[in-house]
Amino acid sequence: MPDLGKYAGAVVTSWAATLVLVAALIAITWWQSARARRKLDAAEARRKER
Amino acid sequence: MTTTRTKQANDRWNWLWEWANPVKFMSLSARALPWVTAITVVTLVVGLVWGFFFTPEAAKFGSSVKIIYVHVPSAMMAINIWVMMLVASLIWLVRRHHVSALAAKAAALVGVVMTVIALITGAIWGEPMWGTYWAWDPRLTSFLVLFLFYLGYMALWAAIEDPDTAADLTSVLAIVGSVFALLSRYAVNFWNQGLHQGASLSLDAEENVSDVYWQPLVICLVGFVALFVLLLLVRTRTEVRKRRVHALEMRERMSDA
Amino acid sequence: MIALLMRDLRLSVRAGGGFGLGLAFFLIVTVLVPFGVGPEAEILARIAPGILWVGALLACLLSLDRIFQLDFEDGSLDLLATAPVPMEGAVAIKALAHWLVTGLPLTLAAPLFGGLMSMQAPGHWWMFVTLLLGTPALSMIGAFGAALTVGLKRGGLLLSLLVLPLYVPTLIFGAEAAARGMAGLANSTPLLMVAGITAGSVALLPFAAAAALRINLR
Repeated sequence: MPDLGKYAGAVVTSWAATLVLVAALIAITWWQSARARRKLDAAEARRKER
Repeated sequence: MTTTRTKQANDRWNWLWEWANPVKFMSLSARALPWVTAITVVTLVVGLVWGFFFTPEAAKFGSSVKIIYVHVPSAMMAINIWVMMLVASLIWLVRRHHVSALAAKAAALVGVVMTVIALITGAIWGEPMWGTYWAWDPRLTSFLVLFLFYLGYMALWAAIEDPDTAADLTSVLAIVGSVFALLSRYAVNFWNQGLHQGASLSLDAEENVSDVYWQPLVICLVGFVALFVLLLLVRTRTEVRKRRVHALEMRERMSDA
Repeated sequence: MIALLMRDLRLSVRAGGGFGLGLAFFLIVTVLVPFGVGPEAEILARIAPGILWVGALLACLLSLDRIFQLDFEDGSLDLLATAPVPMEGAVAIKALAHWLVTGLPLTLAAPLFGGLMSMQAPGHWWMFVTLLLGTPALSMIGAFGAALTVGLKRGGLLLSLLVLPLYVPTLIFGAEAAARGMAGLANSTPLLMVAGITAGSVALLPFAAAAALRINLR
């Protein structure tokens, strides 16, 4: 950890905010992608059954 | 003459339009994903670690200069993603490639998150530099307006049930919105010019940034672009799948009835 | 086209929609602001152009969803689409009708309401001029927003979300021109910009709005 001096608070909060938001974006993208894939697999399976 | 030229042009751009076919898109993007992921991880890790741990303090900014590595790339992406959505919307309206419309839809959430990051980091940076979290500075204000445009665009996508109608209407909104977003930018500049002199604080004027800060920043910029491309590919693939599910469900309902 | 204009005007007056309601809303906003910020004449006079502009803009917003909604529901919009009048013209006429029943009364009332906000002498005149130049753009942009959301069941809130960001440049230049005029400063630049936005909107937005309507009617 480098010595951030008097701006430590600002630097750490802005980096933390960025990382949290990007992580949330990746998580939601991941989750939506998995859900769409599951649904599509289910729909394709139903189609094959007929 | 003109027809041969267009044909040649078409041949040259064929590799691009291949992406417009949903089936081709799925196979091409599946092949590209590992590469894009690798580039994203490498550039982001190198750029961010370099920026955070191995840059000296700046004379005027102290260690707060390190905020630049998250603030500037997110701000740049916030604008560029809107431009990308505009181009994708135009392609959809002119050439009716579904992937294009879906890509615009997929990009919007990434764009809105980038705008929020730029606003938050800007506010946090503004507190020690300007003594206030929020000032109606032209740049900050423009980003707030851009944020509102993103919200409206996403709300319109969410509100319309029929996917093709939604794609058409959001495309029209993206075009008209772009014109007004640009107008707002000038209006805001005019409305509050010179309260904060931009040049000393803005770091995109290159002479203000020495190489020590510039090199990791460029890597961060590349990393954010790669991250966007990665998210865009995954999210567009999600949208294509959702569309396919929708089509299959419609077919089931038809055969049940 | 004139018949269409007359019909729209008759309908809006008879339905008691925009005409009185927008004006009453405008009055209420102007009355409420002093309650909020206090009765000091100096402060009120300083913020008057901005408050009047924002009030007029919100009052304009109130009646936007009526521009196409009723016609969409009873099917007369489909008739318009097949009529010999081009859709673009019909849209422009409808925006004009909206302006005549909301924008114009607001413009005429604003100098009077300026008195409530302790506005000083040249301010009234500049309120009138800037609103006269700016409100047509508000109606036209609003008509575009209404065309986008016409097919939706609960489009009202969405309409505000779509239209308000589009109003930003008009509001900034309009209020700025009024404020500078009131303070006796040169205001020809913002004034020209407002006029430019109005001219551009009236010239180009009918095409975008007509395109949106055609998509919705498909």
